[in-house]
Amino acid sequence: MTTTEENITTERASKRGGIPLWASWLIPLVLLAGLIVLFINTNPAQVSHGELPPVEDLAIQRIDVTANGFEVHVTNAGPDPVEIAQVFVDEAYWQYTITPGHTLDRLQTAVLTIDYPWVETEPHEVVILTSTGTTFGAEVELAIETPTPGGSEFLAYGLIGVYVGIIPVGLGLLWFPALRRLGRKGLGFVLALTVGLLVFLLVDTLLEAFEVAEELPRVFQGIPLVLFAAVLTWLAIVAIGSRDAVADRTSVKGRAFVALLIAIGIGFHNLGEGLVVGAAFALGEAALGSFLVIGFILHNITEGVGIAAPVTRDRPKLSWFLLLLLIAGGPAILGTWIGGFAFSPLLAVLFLGIGAGAIWQVIVEVGGLLRRDAERDGAPLVNWLNVGGLLFGIAIMYLTAFLVKF
Amino acid sequence: MSKEKSLNRRDFIKAGLFSAAGLAGAAATTYRPVPENALQPVERGDHSSHNGMGTVGSVDNEANGFDPHVMLTDWDLGVVSTMDNGQTLREYSIVAVDKEIEVAPRIFFPAWTYNGRVPGPTLRATEGDHIRVTFSNAGSHPHTIHFHGIHAASMDGIRQAGAGLIMPGDSTVYEFDAFPMGCHLYHCHAFPLKRHVHKGLYGAFIIDPDPEKYSGEERDVAISRSLGHAGYGDVNEMMMVMNGFDTNFDGDNEIYAANSIAFAYMNQPIKIRADQRQRLYLVNLTEFDPINSFHLHANFFDYYDHGTTLTPTLRIVDTISQIQAQRGILEFSFEGFESGLYMFHAHQSEFAELGWMGFFEVEG
Repeated sequence: MTTTEENITTERASKRGGIPLWASWLIPLVLLAGLIVLFINTNPAQVSHGELPPVEDLAIQRIDVTANGFEVHVTNAGPDPVEIAQVFVDEAYWQYTITPGHTLDRLQTAVLTIDYPWVETEPHEVVILTSTGTTFGAEVELAIETPTPGGSEFLAYGLIGVYVGIIPVGLGLLWFPALRRLGRKGLGFVLALTVGLLVFLLVDTLLEAFEVAEELPRVFQGIPLVLFAAVLTWLAIVAIGSRDAVADRTSVKGRAFVALLIAIGIGFHNLGEGLVVGAAFALGEAALGSFLVIGFILHNITEGVGIAAPVTRDRPKLSWFLLLLLIAGGPAILGTWIGGFAFSPLLAVLFLGIGAGAIWQVIVEVGGLLRRDAERDGAPLVNWLNVGGLLFGIAIMYLTAFLVKF
Repeated sequence: MSKEKSLNRRDFIKAGLFSAAGLAGAAATTYRPVPENALQPVERGDHSSHNGMGTVGSVDNEANGFDPHVMLTDWDLGVVSTMDNGQTLREYSIVAVDKEIEVAPRIFFPAWTYNGRVPGPTLRATEGDHIRVTFSNAGSHPHTIHFHGIHAASMDGIRQAGAGLIMPGDSTVYEFDAFPMGCHLYHCHAFPLKRHVHKGLYGAFIIDPDPEKYSGEERDVAISRSLGHAGYGDVNEMMMVMNGFDTNFDGDNEIYAANSIAFAYMNQPIKIRADQRQRLYLVNLTEFDPINSFHLHANFFDYYDHGTTLTPTLRIVDTISQIQAQRGILEFSFEGFESGLYMFHAHQSEFAELGWMGFFEVEG
């Protein structure tokens, strides 16, 4: 319908003296409210099931280990209010206090404080019983006091983030002068390698996102959340990338934009890695943590190469590189803080979803650079050089991941 | 990625964990009263915070319609009359009803009960009495009463004999002579048995010996076990049914107790006198676990397995175990002991800490 037609229709309606516009918006809503009241009062669903016990779903979000015991953060993820009755720890009823109260409304969160003589580095199981006798349990797999965010802890975790994010990406960027001296074929190979690296990161990020999403209370719909975050991020980046200033990817600005995109995508991925490392350190995995940090340095050093690859023909300023370094590596610091002090599955799922969307668009962009180069040379996009680079990129990431997956 | 999943390699540590837990047992090595001045006075303390172990809040006995402390001694002697042949007739009335009961503070269990309580009424009779139980089923499923005792096949309370399953709304009469004397039980024998038992359809059935049937020393013992007999003496009798509740129906009990309410006798100790002889009728009706047990702190007892003998089957023990439906009589005394709290519990630490733990508060 064209605009003119629309106007005519509206005029016709008002001329006829029919229902005013505000009322035609309101009528379905009023009917809806009425039908809901009718449904609640007659409840045809009861015909088939009779009186059903309430559906209970408690999600234990986090267990903090304190000097005196445990602090259990629990959310009512079910449709009905839930009354928390008792708690047992390691199959023994244990006394607790609860704030704000025993009864949790839908999506309400409560904190249970349990004084318990936990044993360092041993597992403990906390089970919550509701008034219907339904049990919801969670395990502290390795009891060690959860760090509280203080000055020195913030510094220590920040430093780990620097090692995991900033240092490897920075070291990778130092290859920039060497990359500049590569011939056309060599550069093509490095770009293909970058695509390989990004493909690995996309798969890795998505799988991690799904894994955390599974742990979310069902009401949050974790997996759709990952997918929508990814799709929206992708579309946002496409929209930003269509602006006139950067639309031409063969221009200096266009190439710089691709490098920026790579940095952003990698930044989100490193945020996820920071979460893992922060959580591992918070659980007292100090020895494993050190190994993990060295692993991440080796694993992430290729990311610096990826960021530098699109701009090897240009002469970017040092400050511009520093900015990309901060964008790509900095989030690892934020990640270790969140992972260490306030791990939240919901936030993690969102960040990882955004990361996956960003990385996808970066693959499209770098692939575009490769295609243009191939067209210019009259070669097919999928040639042995590109496939070799792609394979090499994936292989490096896969093999160095042996050091960080456990 | 998450804290939980990333550390699965540490799972092996779990293997050694549960063996470490334990409760302090009695240290007594000989069966003799502890001198009054040998120990420091026992700190009474706050029962609600035994090192943090226990439940939060309290159970509403009134709403439940039964009180585990009253249950210790509320014998149901039936309506007594004499039959034409001179035999004593005891008539009992038992109704099966569905009822939600609070088995631990704030935890409600959809029980099936005899007379609205778990365990059902403690039926008590004398050896040789004629027993007539009118059973009505006001519940939602078919039920029976199967007595452990000597009776005709048609009175066995199983689907395949006599009145068979008693349908909701129906009733029947179970009739037999009370034999043998001892500490017995009854329970529903409808299938699936596991469900009908763990839902709460069981109770104790005590048959006192008839002193007239015994002579000499045995007669004296029989008299001391005959409730209401002139020579009964100063005995404090108690009845405990060890049971459990699978509140989430996963085939594993979340709650263990004696007489249904978790920690009932820990939060409110059973007061007993040091100068009284103690007799405990103990019945195990715990479902899902192969055995249950009883351990008394700082003292020893004599044990009469099934209560069918007048001499102990075990002497000077402080721990006994019972398989499901096994039962017996424990006799002990705190004569000469200092006043204070003496613990008793299942000596499976798990059962103890899930509710089957209590105190005798001995008063001088």
